[in-house]
Amino acid sequence: MAKTKSKSKHDLIKKVVLYVILIIIAALMAIPFIWMLSASIKSDREVFQMDPFVLIPKNPKWSNYVQIWTKIPMLTFVKNTVFLTIIVTLLQLFTSSFAAYAFAKLQFKFRNGLFLAYIATIAMPWQVYMVPQFLMMRSFGLNDKLLAIICLQAFSAFGVFMMKQFYEGIPNELSEAARIDGMTEYQIYSHIMLPLSKPALSTLTIFTFVNTWNDYLGPLIYLKSTSKKTIQLGLKMFISQYSSDYGLIMAGSVLSLIPVIIVFMCLQKYFVEGVASTGLKG
Amino acid sequence: MGERKVAEINTLQAELDELIARVCGGIENKKEEKKCLSRIEKLRRTLSKKRSGSRLSRDFKRDLVSYSFIAPNFIGFAVFTLIPIVFAFALAFLKWDGSNAIEFMGLKNFKRLGSDVFFKAAFKNTIIYCIGTVPLTMIASLALAIILNQKVRGRAIFRTLSFFPYVGSLVAVTSVWKMLFHPSKGPINSILYHVFNVPVDKLPQWFSGGLVLLSLILFSVWKYMGYYMVIYLAGLQGISGELYEAGSLDGANTWQKFKYITWPQLRSTTFFVVVMLTINCFKVYDIAIMLAGGGSGELTTSSTVLVYYIYQKAFVDWDLGYSSAVAMVLFAIVLLVTVVQFAYQKKTAD
Repeated sequence: MAKTKSKSKHDLIKKVVLYVILIIIAALMAIPFIWMLSASIKSDREVFQMDPFVLIPKNPKWSNYVQIWTKIPMLTFVKNTVFLTIIVTLLQLFTSSFAAYAFAKLQFKFRNGLFLAYIATIAMPWQVYMVPQFLMMRSFGLNDKLLAIICLQAFSAFGVFMMKQFYEGIPNELSEAARIDGMTEYQIYSHIMLPLSKPALSTLTIFTFVNTWNDYLGPLIYLKSTSKKTIQLGLKMFISQYSSDYGLIMAGSVLSLIPVIIVFMCLQKYFVEGVASTGLKG
Repeated sequence: MGERKVAEINTLQAELDELIARVCGGIENKKEEKKCLSRIEKLRRTLSKKRSGSRLSRDFKRDLVSYSFIAPNFIGFAVFTLIPIVFAFALAFLKWDGSNAIEFMGLKNFKRLGSDVFFKAAFKNTIIYCIGTVPLTMIASLALAIILNQKVRGRAIFRTLSFFPYVGSLVAVTSVWKMLFHPSKGPINSILYHVFNVPVDKLPQWFSGGLVLLSLILFSVWKYMGYYMVIYLAGLQGISGELYEAGSLDGANTWQKFKYITWPQLRSTTFFVVVMLTINCFKVYDIAIMLAGGGSGELTTSSTVLVYYIYQKAFVDWDLGYSSAVAMVLFAIVLLVTVVQFAYQKKTAD
């Protein structure tokens, strides 16, 4: 009896410690975002007021959210970023899953050699070849064109690798049976493989969407004129011009976060499953 | 179909049947068996070619279908990734400003690196940043994954929350950090001043001088631990519960279960995490210019990193060959680290 009592006490202590750690971590993760939201409706004087610190000021300055659209051409930046992100994500999903199907389920000449070309570049940082890539794009006349960013982001080796790992986990019997029924490879891909690959597609969507939406160095190199800039570039430009307009900077930051958070929330239920089944865990 | 052709097909078919019967009967000699199998494959191909009567055999058609699947991605990948990679290697041995005549430099670009103070600083800072960031992020993400893999209330919320920093754009989250750690007005330094009585002139300057690398490391751990946590979580879910039950029966405590079950079972996950972390750390650029950069994003010797130098040399100074030489150093380190990790992984796996 005494033993079980001490054991339950032991368990209780463990639980308490666990929750304390969790809450500390959660606070570390959340505080910057809470601060961001709070500062986005404050005046510059209120932002750093610590004594007393108020989360929501008496007169919330909602005008920050209006002003940000007029101080910089925010609408243009949003349009460009939305356009780029959607096109890149769609292209990435389509071409990667299409190529990965062949690598995972079909036999053909040079299969291993071609796949090796993909694998070899995964460990190669983009920054190593960004300069020759820029020179090449420039000679194609793509400097300062949104198309350059699409070409840059849409055909990653990573996507093909990830989708292939996932397809290999799907039993071959499924596609064999369909082949015997007289389905073409294209039908097998679209009717059988695609519907099964929701977790992998969701995971790839999150990665591609987040990367393209948040990319900074790519647009910095290619997009020079203001009418072509993305949110990240625009926001950075605004920050260096008006470095003490804290409320406005935070309002712009909040706006830039909303789409990725929405996409992430919608797809996250597949996310861990996707990472587990695509062999991303190694 | 000509009679001669029919006869030809028949003899080939007979040979094929005989070979198949032999293989099915079982061949002791492995080498012999392999030989037979390859002969069968070859016969099958010629037969199908002869039978269909067209020059396009069935295998060739099958290859074409496969290539049609790969082409949309591969063409883009080859043009925008493979070709530039080849050029990057060539460029490192040239001198070019992007418009005038190209000059062959041999190894001169690399020799110049040895006496370049700014390059050395960038090299040193990048290494220090990686040595700090890789283990800290790994430990933090593993710990978080282990906690969130248990039955705790609100697990889903905690998981989502820890992913926010990764999802949030760098421009947005770095601007918050710069406010929180603002040297004179930020709440962190306010707490140090008011609660811990740190005198005003001793208050830390988080984003300049000696502390800057530490700030970059802490920020990176905060931003990326959620991402690697998900990878560890997937790894943890692959460990069979029976192992832990067996451990409990043997009276193992929590630490022993971690040491003898969790850690060894996660070895391949840890390997993947460390390789990815290392590659990503050496690529650091935007974190540095956003946290430590001046008004137009310029970095000093205390905060410069390799990618920043590649960018400056190429797109500001238009010294393309030299920039590529720096890029090659980046590539060589990443390659070296990856190879060493692979070798280590293999050694411990045996």
